[in-house]
Amino acid sequence: MQFSQHKLLIANRGEIAVRIINAAQQLGIPTIAICSEADRLSLPSLLADEVEVIGASRADQSYLNADLVIETAKRLGATAIHPGYGFLSENADFAEAVEQAGMIFVGPDAATIRQMGDKACARTTAQAAGVPVVPGSDGEIDSIEEALTAAQTIGYPLLIKASAGGGGRGIRIAHNKEELVKEITIAQSEAKAAFGSGAVYLERFIKSARHIEVQILGDGKQAIHLYERECSLQRRRQKVFEEAPSPALSDAIREQLCATAAKLANTLNYKGAGTLEFLFDAETEEFFFIEMNTRIQVEHPVSEMITGVNIVEWMIKIALGEPLTLCQDEINIHGCAIEMRINAEDPSKGFFPSPGRISALHWPVNEGVRIDTHVFDGYTIPPYYDSLIAKLIVHDVSRELAFERALKSLKQTRIEGIKTTLPLHRLLLQDPAVQSGDFDTETLEVWLKEHSHRLADKEKAHASTAD
Amino acid sequence: MAKIEIISPLPGIFYRSPSPESDAFVQEGDQVSSQTVVGLIEVMKQFSELTADHQGTLIEFCVSDSSAVEPGQVIALVETKE
Repeated sequence: MQFSQHKLLIANRGEIAVRIINAAQQLGIPTIAICSEADRLSLPSLLADEVEVIGASRADQSYLNADLVIETAKRLGATAIHPGYGFLSENADFAEAVEQAGMIFVGPDAATIRQMGDKACARTTAQAAGVPVVPGSDGEIDSIEEALTAAQTIGYPLLIKASAGGGGRGIRIAHNKEELVKEITIAQSEAKAAFGSGAVYLERFIKSARHIEVQILGDGKQAIHLYERECSLQRRRQKVFEEAPSPALSDAIREQLCATAAKLANTLNYKGAGTLEFLFDAETEEFFFIEMNTRIQVEHPVSEMITGVNIVEWMIKIALGEPLTLCQDEINIHGCAIEMRINAEDPSKGFFPSPGRISALHWPVNEGVRIDTHVFDGYTIPPYYDSLIAKLIVHDVSRELAFERALKSLKQTRIEGIKTTLPLHRLLLQDPAVQSGDFDTETLEVWLKEHSHRLADKEKAHASTAD
Repeated sequence: MAKIEIISPLPGIFYRSPSPESDAFVQEGDQVSSQTVVGLIEVMKQFSELTADHQGTLIEFCVSDSSAVEPGQVIALVETKE
């Protein structure tokens, strides 16, 4: 298909803007980069065919200003807008406004974004499609009898959660019937005191949960999966280190999980790239749908590396009307890929942000290594946006060899002038639990507490060898 | 009487209130102590509190709410009794 009559505006910044510009240029599509004042001298603005500074440095005055983005796109003759991730990417009103302005939104339609963006609605949709969700009382529990009935289907141990709570507050655990009877009364009065509402609900307690997500690609008629990503290593609910495939799944469970995800995407007639997130109970080998992201994700490269499918190119082609010609049977896993997120943060000082000028930069140049980044030697990282400066992605035939390649690549990487999370990845790659794939979503937080001195030491050791 | 400068140690965005809907931490003319929070600096989506570090009267804010600041920039002036 010829796309040269199109013009794609990228409503984003940073590494993902670079990734999208590269994909569009590969397809012969002219690109427009929009940027804030702070990003005037940035890689996307240097690479794109056209550049427009749309507003001040603060995101709400530039990248988050939907009216401004659409007005600019119209004025410059864009035919399509790619939202990337973050910013306006899951804003259904924006997707709708883009279409109403006569342009193509690269992603699913506004109705799908709304449906899957609402957690309760997504849960109901998943349940209706026969996809397991975390077992829980559908709605609030008013009496002990009601709690006991619900507990029979949920199973023990279970969590009693305050409806008005959040962020881990207002949660009690019950291991059996007796504890439930005792705890629910306490939970209700506690919730009343803390949140002004005594409403509680029940949910299965998963002791060791892994975050595993399935990549989806659909054209509105058929949807396929590109297997899963393992994203359990998180700090403050932010992913730090991802890999594909997950070391926790047996082949049988993997097929079941991915087929289930593809089934849900097919019931949605999903169009574009999307990700279905699951909690995986490593003890029982059960998986539960938690939410869907209706956009490209930061960690998409690991899926691209193991399947050979260019997800960003397909997103654009599908949006511009090309049917998805890939068949599920053609999608196979080749080897293992790891992504390390390099953030401008100081791991020895509680991951405090470290914006500033990069005074020296060297990336590894090796087979099986991919760097997705927007930074260059001499680039000044502005303080206004998130701290991700690069993704170091490695691919090899096995997980063991991918770890070796990752460590070698880290040793060859040099970023000076700012603090980065490189030392954290060096330690993680050499950690026996990480190497054996034995971790869950709580592991990294605990690990960081135990290894804080080593992150500080590492810093010193590194500084002295550099002298 | 001495005028002391409260300086931003960080680059980022300076906020005078904890959220857009709430009142400012302090008003010009308010008494402050060394622990008084006078504003927040947002750096890469993380918020750090900026304290007065001196006892006295906050006489003037030198930057407006929600504006970009550089490290070393004077945020406000405190008049002390010494």
